[in-house]
Amino acid sequence: MDENILEVKNLNMHYETISGDVAAVKDITFHVKKGESFGLVGESGCGKTSVAMSLVQLQADNAKISSGSITLDGQELIGLSENELRSVRWDGISIVFQGAMNAWNPVIKIGEQIREAIREHYPNNTKLQNIEKIKELFEMVGLSETIIDRFPHELSGGMKQRAVIALALSCNPKLVIADEPTTALDVVIQDQILNEIKKVQDLLGLSLIYISHDIAVIAEMTERMAVMYAGRIVESGPTKDIFANPRHSYTRALLESTPSVVGDKVKLNSLDGEPPSLIDEEFGCSFSPRCSNPTENCKSGKSEMGLIEVAEDHFADKCCVECG
Amino acid sequence: MKKNLIEVKNLEKYFETSAGLFSRKKSTIKAVDGISFEIPFGESLGLVGQSGCGKTTTARALCLLDEKTSGEINFYNSDTKNMESIDNLNDEELKSFRRNIQMIFQDPYESLNPRWNIKDIILEPLNIHNIGSLNEREDAVVEILKTVGLTPPENYLPRYPHELSGGQRQRVSIARTLIMKPKFVVCDEPTSMLDVSIRISIMDLMLNLAKDLEVSYLYITHDLAVARYMCNRIAVMFNGKIVEIAETEELLKNPVHPYTKRLISSIPVPDPTYERVVYDIDFTELENIISTDTKNIGMVDIGNEHFVATHDVKGIL
Repeated sequence: MDENILEVKNLNMHYETISGDVAAVKDITFHVKKGESFGLVGESGCGKTSVAMSLVQLQADNAKISSGSITLDGQELIGLSENELRSVRWDGISIVFQGAMNAWNPVIKIGEQIREAIREHYPNNTKLQNIEKIKELFEMVGLSETIIDRFPHELSGGMKQRAVIALALSCNPKLVIADEPTTALDVVIQDQILNEIKKVQDLLGLSLIYISHDIAVIAEMTERMAVMYAGRIVESGPTKDIFANPRHSYTRALLESTPSVVGDKVKLNSLDGEPPSLIDEEFGCSFSPRCSNPTENCKSGKSEMGLIEVAEDHFADKCCVECG
Repeated sequence: MKKNLIEVKNLEKYFETSAGLFSRKKSTIKAVDGISFEIPFGESLGLVGQSGCGKTTTARALCLLDEKTSGEINFYNSDTKNMESIDNLNDEELKSFRRNIQMIFQDPYESLNPRWNIKDIILEPLNIHNIGSLNEREDAVVEILKTVGLTPPENYLPRYPHELSGGQRQRVSIARTLIMKPKFVVCDEPTSMLDVSIRISIMDLMLNLAKDLEVSYLYITHDLAVARYMCNRIAVMFNGKIVEIAETEELLKNPVHPYTKRLISSIPVPDPTYERVVYDIDFTELENIISTDTKNIGMVDIGNEHFVATHDVKGIL
């Protein structure tokens, strides 16, 4: 059971722009176990979505994966041809894109759009088989069968998002990446969608990568997680351990800035400043300008960034661990 | 006895829609359906509820951006030291009323004119209301930029909105609002577009300004956790009606209305060991009761200034 479905090792990806290379993903290493949900959290622009896009290699044209390895269930994905990748996408890894509920084609019925994806991967299925499959998927995500014949504009935001999840599950993927699936939704709808995802995950034993900027959602949804800052993972490990004993100052700052409705009202702390530009050469710890108690060592740039194990399966960036 | 800055009584805002292009049938959407609340000086009231429940319509009616269908809005007039209905204001008084009531919008990316630099954006309200000489206005802009934490101001004056980050833009929105020295600011989800880490600094800024400048807020949000941080009292809205209103901690600890319970139990908790139990209710049933139960309209005080709508909600429990 402890087998890894996905292993990412030392992945580096940059965008080539006129003003220079933007290093969006720096030396990322993590793994996702079979049937586990893995969270990726960090502020906007930290590279969460870039990681997701690299996994399915759907990144923009100017994005280049310069080094690293991605193995899905033993198969190396880096270096595959476009044709080979097509069979990995959706069959191997499917993805619920950020804002995908607004990406439905407005003039094609929902059912037809899902059938299109299934047809591509199972060309021998009959139409009836495919429709049965869609009905099954809809039941799983809590949609009524009649939605198959509806157009996107006839559905509410929550229903469209459910249909997107059904689409992501349509080819029985080994791994689903959910990129901010509830960000544009209301709290009550968000709660319903989160429940739906949990239910489907239990039912199918799905492996899931859950991307969010909301650490509260990550706390509820995931068993293991990684915190990203400026293109790097600065802390990773079991979700409970990270919340109980955060070792990186950025993780602590995130936890201290998240309001909650339960427990006593606590004073929240803001994290001032802005993340560094990813074009510039890294100089020491990239978080040190915003760190609450940086030492001379952090600022001097003497310490290089890199994860070290602080407890079993719990990794944190060297700099913060050494500072205490 | 707290002095009220604004009192709203039975505010209604209906929209008429026609069923089709050639149809004569008209139907009415009761976006805001008889809500009442008051906000004392220097306090802030949170208005929470799902999207489409009428939060923003309430805000627009209060700011006189949309004309209300019926109901009363009373505002404290500092000249006469009395509450005055805004219906009785003449043009001149209306203009000074508008000066006292300002709005901060949800999206800092869309609510600033992309072709104007920061100085012009913040100067505009002063120009419209013809306040002070040109020099005084420019000094005021520099001053307000310092207040909202955009320092040094000279760096920001000539810049354009696209050169600023989301947090900085929202600070510009706040500066533009506060330069009129309003007594009352309506905030429509001002932090929902911002990153978590920046969100707190904007909320802290608004809380500090409320203390220093004696501003009251009507703070609209769908996130109770945010409302808890910002507001003294919270009103929960559902389908155009306020179903529960109480002091913030009282509301969160002792929610009475099933919708409030549902809303509170929907918020993810940033603690992986916490077992959140969702209080599930039947929304269609609740909608039915709220839109048809006309006998039991009203709010009842259950103690501690905690008011709950009196309609019969036993069916949805």
